[in-house]
Formats: sequence, C-alpha cells, structure tokens
Amino acid sequence: MAPRSKSPSSISIALSGSGGSGVMTAGDMLLEAAALAGCYGLMSRTSGPQIRGGEAAALLRLAREPIECHGDSFDILLAIDWVNTERFASEIPLDAHSLMIGDPAQGSAPAEFANLGARPLALPMKDLAKKIPHGRANMVALGYIAGLIGLPTTAIAEAIRRSLGDNGDAVTASLAAAEAGRAAAQGVECPFRLAPGGNDHDKRWLITGNEAAGYGALKGGVRFVAAYPITPATEVLEWMAPALTDVGGVLVQAEDELASINMAIGASYGGTPALTATSGPGLALMIEALGLAISAEVPIVVVDVMRSGPSTGIPTKSEQSDLNIALYGPHGDSPHVVVAPNSVADCLMTTQWAVHLAETMQVPALVLSDQSFGQTRMVIDRPGDFAFTGQRKLANGDAQPYRRYALTESGISPMAIPGTAGFMHTADGLEHSERGTPSSQAKDHLAQLDKRKRKLDTADYDRHWAQVEGDGKGDVAIITWGSCTAPAREALALARADGVRAKLISMRLLSPAQPERLGALLDGVKRVLVVEQTHSGQFHRYLRAEYSLPGEVRALYRPGPLPLRPSEIHRELVEWSRP
Amino acid sequence: MSVTAEVLPAAKDFKSDTKPVWCPGCGDYSVVTSLTRAFAQLALRPENVAVVSGIGCSSRIPAYTNCYGFHGVHGRALPVATGLKVARPDLTVVAAGGDGDGYSIGGNHFLHACRRNVDLTYIVMDNHVYGMTKGQASPTTEPDWDNALAPGGTGVRPFNPLVIALASGANFVARAFSGDVVGTADIIAKAIASPGFSFVEILSPCITFRPEQRGWKESVRPAPVVHTDDPGRAARRLMTDDGFNIGVLYHGNRKPFQPPIGQPRKTLSEIEREFAL
Amino acid sequence: MSAARPGGGKRPPAAPEVGTVADLLSRAHAMEVEAAERYDEFAAQMELHSNLEVAALFRKLAGIERKHADSLAADLRARGLPVAAAAPLGARGKEGLETDSGESLHYLMTPYHALDIALQNERRAVAFFTSLVQGTGPAELHKLAEEFAREETEHVELLLEWIARTPKPAKDWAYDPDEPRMPE
Repeated sequence: MAPRSKSPSSISIALSGSGGSGVMTAGDMLLEAAALAGCYGLMSRTSGPQIRGGEAAALLRLAREPIECHGDSFDILLAIDWVNTERFASEIPLDAHSLMIGDPAQGSAPAEFANLGARPLALPMKDLAKKIPHGRANMVALGYIAGLIGLPTTAIAEAIRRSLGDNGDAVTASLAAAEAGRAAAQGVECPFRLAPGGNDHDKRWLITGNEAAGYGALKGGVRFVAAYPITPATEVLEWMAPALTDVGGVLVQAEDELASINMAIGASYGGTPALTATSGPGLALMIEALGLAISAEVPIVVVDVMRSGPSTGIPTKSEQSDLNIALYGPHGDSPHVVVAPNSVADCLMTTQWAVHLAETMQVPALVLSDQSFGQTRMVIDRPGDFAFTGQRKLANGDAQPYRRYALTESGISPMAIPGTAGFMHTADGLEHSERGTPSSQAKDHLAQLDKRKRKLDTADYDRHWAQVEGDGKGDVAIITWGSCTAPAREALALARADGVRAKLISMRLLSPAQPERLGALLDGVKRVLVVEQTHSGQFHRYLRAEYSLPGEVRALYRPGPLPLRPSEIHRELVEWSRP
Repeated sequence: MSVTAEVLPAAKDFKSDTKPVWCPGCGDYSVVTSLTRAFAQLALRPENVAVVSGIGCSSRIPAYTNCYGFHGVHGRALPVATGLKVARPDLTVVAAGGDGDGYSIGGNHFLHACRRNVDLTYIVMDNHVYGMTKGQASPTTEPDWDNALAPGGTGVRPFNPLVIALASGANFVARAFSGDVVGTADIIAKAIASPGFSFVEILSPCITFRPEQRGWKESVRPAPVVHTDDPGRAARRLMTDDGFNIGVLYHGNRKPFQPPIGQPRKTLSEIEREFAL
Repeated sequence: MSAARPGGGKRPPAAPEVGTVADLLSRAHAMEVEAAERYDEFAAQMELHSNLEVAALFRKLAGIERKHADSLAADLRARGLPVAAAAPLGARGKEGLETDSGESLHYLMTPYHALDIALQNERRAVAFFTSLVQGTGPAELHKLAEEFAREETEHVELLLEWIARTPKPAKDWAYDPDEPRMPE
C-alpha cells in the first residue's frame, strides 16, 4: 500500500453535518484548542450550494510540527448526521486505517463512505446532547474527538470560552456537552494520538491567508483600498475595512472591478499606496487598467485569490489557472511584477513585498494567492518582521522642466506627487516622451518600452524570488509555486526514504523571470518535475518559454477543485527514479 | 364543452425540475411563480422565451425556468439580452437579476438599456444587499446599514432605480412585491406585453442577511394613483415616492428600438462593385 | 391593483368570480391541486436544506391535498365536467386562497411551524367558501359552498388537534452557530 503522507504525529480530522449542526463552529474550536495546547494545524471548509443549512464539513489537520497542507487522507471522519454527505466523498478520502464515527440515531453512512473499509464507531451525540440543558451535538463531538486524540480538557474549555465569550449559558452548556463527549471516548481505542509536547503558543498566530494578505498590505504601507466583493477574496477586503480606519487609511466600496482598480490607481497617483483584491473574473475586468498603470507608471497592488476557472467556474474551490492572465493579461508589451505566496503565512510577507516592489518600481504588482490559502485558517509561527515598506522615489531638486518619465540608468524615474509646486505633469496611458507629453515617435516608444522593462530587470529581488529546500546535491528538482509547495515538500520527505535525492524550488517571483538564478540552482540537476494545479500546464509552458531547463522535464498537473496530494507527487518522483 | 385543440402551457410548464438553492423564505421563490404565471397568462410557449441573467442569488433564476436561459457574467444581463432580442425579435426576452448585479456593476448598462428602448423586460429582485457574497451593502442599501465591508454603513445615498429608469427613457416603469404573487404576475405580464424597455423592480426580501425585510409585507401598498404616461408627472411622483408604492407607475409611448434584421437589400456581388477598378 | 391593504398586509378574501356550481367545483379542485404543488415545493426546499423532518411533513400534507383533489376530480367527472390539469389563471383574486407564498419558511423550521402554515391555508379556504354562501348565484351553489366550508372547517379542527400534539419550537429553534456561506 502506498505510504500515507503524514508527519509522524499529524492527525487529519473531518467533521461533517447539516443545517444548524454547527460543524464549522466545532471545527474552529478544535483548531483553536489544538493551538492552545501547543499544536500546529489548519482548517478548511467545504459545503453544499446553500447559503445556510444544508451539508457542510470542516477539514482539519493537526500536528506537533508545522504543517501547511492537507495530507492524502483523513484519519477520522465524524458525521453528526449523514445528510448529503456523499457530496464530500472525493474531498474526504478514507482508508482501512480511518475511524468513521456516526450517530446511530442518524442512520447509516452512505455507500461512498461505508465501502471504504474504515472502522465504524458509534457515538449517540443527539442523545448525549439532549441530557444536557441546551446541549448541542457538535459540542459532544468536539469533546469526543479531543478525548480520542488526547487533546487536554483545559485547551478545549479555553477554546469554548473564547468562542462563546459573553454568553454564559452557552459556555456552560457547551462545556458540559464536551465533557459528555470526552467521557464517551474513554476506553475507545484510537491509533491517532497527538504526540506529547509543550503548550507554547504565545509566539504563534491563528490566521487565514486572506487576513495575512490584508495585514501584509497594511505593513507594506497601503492606506487606500478600493473594494468590490467576490468569492473567495471578499475577506481580504472585509478584514482591511476596519483595520485601515485604525491606521488612518480608508476603504471605499466600488460599484464594480473596473471602478475599484481605477479608484486605486487614482489614490496611488495622489501619493497613497493603494490596493484592491479580487479573483479571476474580477482580474479579467481589471486588465485594461493594469495596462494603464504600467504605461503611466503608477504603483498599484492587486491581490488575486484564485479560484477554479474559466469564467464563473467553481467560485469556492482553488486552482492556479489565473497564471496566464496574470502574466500576459495586459495588451501590448507590458512588463509588470507577479508574485505568489507559497503558504498561508507567506501571504503576509509576499503581499508586503509586493507593495514594496510596486512602490519602488512604480509598477503594478499582482499577488497570486488562492482559495486554499485565502479561506484556510492555520496556526503559524509569528512571522518575522520584514524591512520592506513601499518607498517610491520622489521628485525633488530643480531639474526643470520636470520630466516625469526621465530615462535613468535604473529605469525608475523620480515621481512627483500632486501638491508639489513646480512638478506638474500629466500621467498618460498614451505613449509619451520623457516629459510625459503624448508621442507617437519611434524613438520615444522604444525608449519608454526599454525603460519600463529595464526597471524590472535591474531590480534586486534578493533571496525572496524563490524558496529552495531539500537536498542541495540532488539530481532531481521539483519546480512549483503557490499552494503546490507544501504537498511537494511532503512528497520530497517521503521520497527521501526511498532514496530519491531531490531539491524543491518554489518560485515566489513569477515575473519578471530570473533565468540566470534558476540556471544556477539547476546546475547538476538531471531531472525536473514541474508541479501545478491547472488543466493546461500553464506554469510548465511559462518555464519552457522563459527558462532553459536541463535534462529531462516532466510536468505533473491537474485542475481543481481537489488539491494535489503529497502521494501523487511522491508516486511520480519514485516512478521516475526507477532505473 | 370541448377541449381546445391546442393546449396552452400552464404556469408550471415554465418551471424546470431543478430545485432552487435559495434559502427557504427567500422572496425569489415567489418571483419564479409570478414570472411563470405571467408567461402562461400571455399564452407564451417555453421555447420562445429567453431568460437572461448575471451573477448573484437572483441570477440563478434561468435554470429554474423551462425556457431558453443564459446565465452570464456579473452585471451584463442587459447587453446579452439586447443582443439576443435585436438579433431575434421573434423571441420574448426577459433579463433578470438582483440589485447588486443590476445597479452596481450593471449600472451603466441599465442606463443605456433604458435609453435604447429595445423591446425587452428587465426584472430586478431588490433585497438591498449582496446576498451571494455574504452581506455587503448594495446600491439600494440604506446608508447607515452596518456591515463588515462598510462598518457603520456606507454613508452613501441609495440609488433610485425607478427615477433613473424614467430619466433614461424606459417606456414602462413598475414596482412589485414578491409576497403578492398574483399582483406581481400581473405587473410582469403587462411589462412583457408593453412594447419597448419595461422595467419592473420587485422588492424581494433576503431573510438571511436582512431578516427585518420580512416586515415589508406590512409596508407595501397599492400605488395611490393610476399610472401616467407623462414623464414629467411621473418624475415628480417617483422623486417623492417612499419605495413602497406597488403597481405600474409609468407607461409611455416610445417606439421600441428594433433595427430591421433579416431583410437583405443587396447581393454580395452588388456590394463588391465598389472595389472593382 | 394589488390586494395588499395600505399598511395592512393581510388580504381580505377577494371578490370571487364563481357564478355556477361548475365554477365552484373547478375552483375548489384547482385550489387543492395548487396547494399540493406548493407543499411539494416546500418539501423540496426543506430537503435541499437538510430539514428532512419538515420535508416529510410537507410531503404528507401534499398527499392529503392530493387526495382531496382526486375526490373533487371524481366529482367533476361524475357531473361530466372537465378536470383542468392546472389552476386557472386570469382575473384578480383567484390565487393565494389556500397557498402560502413561502415567505414564512425557514431552513430550521419545526413541524409546529409547518402545521401553522397549513392551518392558515385552511382558514383562508374556510373564509373563501363562507363568503360564497352569502353571495349571488343559484341555491345549489350556496349549498355546495356551505358543504365545502364545513369540510374545510373540519380540516381546521384536525390541524388544531395535530398542532396540539406537536411539540412547540424551542426558544432557540432558529439558532445556527455557523455563519452563512458564500456559494458563488
């Protein structure tokens, strides 16, 4: 049987239930409790098409060391009821080692789950909850799971108190129900136990990718946000709304994405670092304005929390298929920055970095996050503080008349902010002279195109352009980006046990391409495995176009809605290593 | 008593088998009933009706009808409906969607559709909120409605769709209430039967994000006066309207925009002659 | 135009256009058919939102209405009258007498709530038939209307009994700890 990808102490738990059963609440509490007990972990959500009620599942993974993705399968599935649970069958893979817990009063598991060979356990949640005034089944479930995996009662109690806060009755009822669940777990044999460890959590955060991106923007200096809601990016904007006010910034709700990108450009032209957040369909609308910002050299950051496409696609599921439009969207020759975080925590640093790059180079920077980061809540080590904040080069001195688009060695021209006497100019999407006046002259077009490219090519992206891990002397390299990084990392760890020596290169800077630096990293590498979550291999094609890849190259790619699993990547590596 | 030779479709023949995913209690369920009833009242056939929508809870409606449906992108139901009707004037075309889709991102298209006056009907299920994305203010939301994206409210004056429609040239302007299924069906039927651009704003409560809208049924009333065909008089009424007058409020006489189509006047070789030396 | 009262919301039974016995039978049949369809729609909404208990109850109510409809259909056929497949359309006031627009549904509603909806429907029907008893038309029409009113009143009694046997909703029946989701 294929090895299961899991760090030795990781436990994957799925909680499912329908309308009003509160599985998300229970899941949130379980994650927080684990965090308070010193564990790392993550939780993502899945549900049916209903806005309220209907089937839903909380998907968690807990461990003593940092984990950044879901594993290959789930160790425990607890169903408060089985209504329409079959919808989740492909997202909640179980096997013969898994425990499948159900309430006998709620009937039996659907065939899709019952036939997987998992060990069934009965937990009469409804009954146990009834015995407690205002007791609820989801709290019984919470206590039971905690008992099974060895999560301390104190942690569960604290998580309950933090969640239900001022509602004294609810806290009492929930504590009692959780205790009833824990008691029911006594004596039940469970092979999945959290490894012993300390309780340190004070240097850790509980945060989603969307919140991290919002905070990263704030840290980078963004003080104006234009917002239009779209799944799965809305939380970036909703988090930033009050936070911006707190730091003296402002968020304006726009009538659509065309308005939001143009509003942000306007604010940026006025000197305020600006940002908007959207998803694929919104980014598609913003493309024209991005071209404007590129030509007029206005700094702007757009966070794209990618979802399955094309068109309306699957709004609640992740994919990496906006790469093409991010790289090639604007018409004309329009170099700009595209960066991609490789974990939930990395959403903070990468967005902050994007603000820095945009402001420094006076160019749009796109941050390609995705739904699996954006809407997953994770326990992370408190991120380090990064020095970069947006720093645009401001015009001063008396070089008159002022040439907004002066040709400089770096390609970056000093920028004048409205309100500065003597430096008035018109920013323009029309091709222009150094002064900024419209020009159709060949020499101006070439000079400006060269300059806009040069400023990106000569910039220092430092060590952040890619994250490199694994065996430095390996002759196999995995090249990937974004949310495929963590599963690739776990695959590598598994493959090491099979004697495969491989390094992992996760690209954070997607554009402009860095052929020399990648070339140096691939020195000695004979096989390259490109991994991505698209249907057409967008990243693979991009690498082929911009980079010279040595030896043999294979590409492993498939579209959403399901995440790439560590074992898929591991299988590819091992199979390829066979002589 | 004999059965007529041709059995006309009943209202339920215009409903599809697809079960709506709307929250129970949503006003949009009634709108589907009213819409299909209007189709039956007008003796239409499902194959000759097209329902075009954008994105949002209300825009799910085409799949719940048994007509030719088009579920497009956010805010663009009207241009799609326009293209369809101009190319196929024989069809009955209904554009549908919510207040976010129609008045926010679709605002520009709304103005110009009223102005252009193609013979189509636009129904907007207005619940003063962006429901599908979990509760942000829409253009018709009250300025002090607290929500996550605009804590304390947007502070921005609500959009007045009926006044805008009238000012832009819509030939038929009405307001309906989803809770009055029969009344709404009648208004929709009149709207469809009226030539030119017919606009029906339907107050349709969102009981998930705006549960207080369950109280709308106590607030709505029949419009106190019969509709007018005088834009000036209508403007005065609509500018002083409190948002709860139900009925046809304006019904003009503008000729619909419909360029002739399918009527060739020249052959290709006649057209080519201009290039010949 | 709309039958909504200014600021009132409750609709009085509309002026009926039932002139003959045939009209009345057709109308009564149509009302039962429409009620059955409506309860089935409510059941489907409940099923999709995982409220299986209330879904089953609505299915049961639909079945009861269908039985009434069948017996009225038999009556129509016995008199050589046509049985319409669907509710007649047309002039104001015909609809809504035994059907609810669904605005009082809630995904967490309890059987008690569902029975209350059914009760309101039956009471409206009683009011409608009663109004016909006093109206114009042949004596046979009044007699039939009186019979229907009596039958509907029995339904009201049965529902009241059923409601009495049904547990009242808990104070927190509408409580859902989880937040709404964004499906699109």
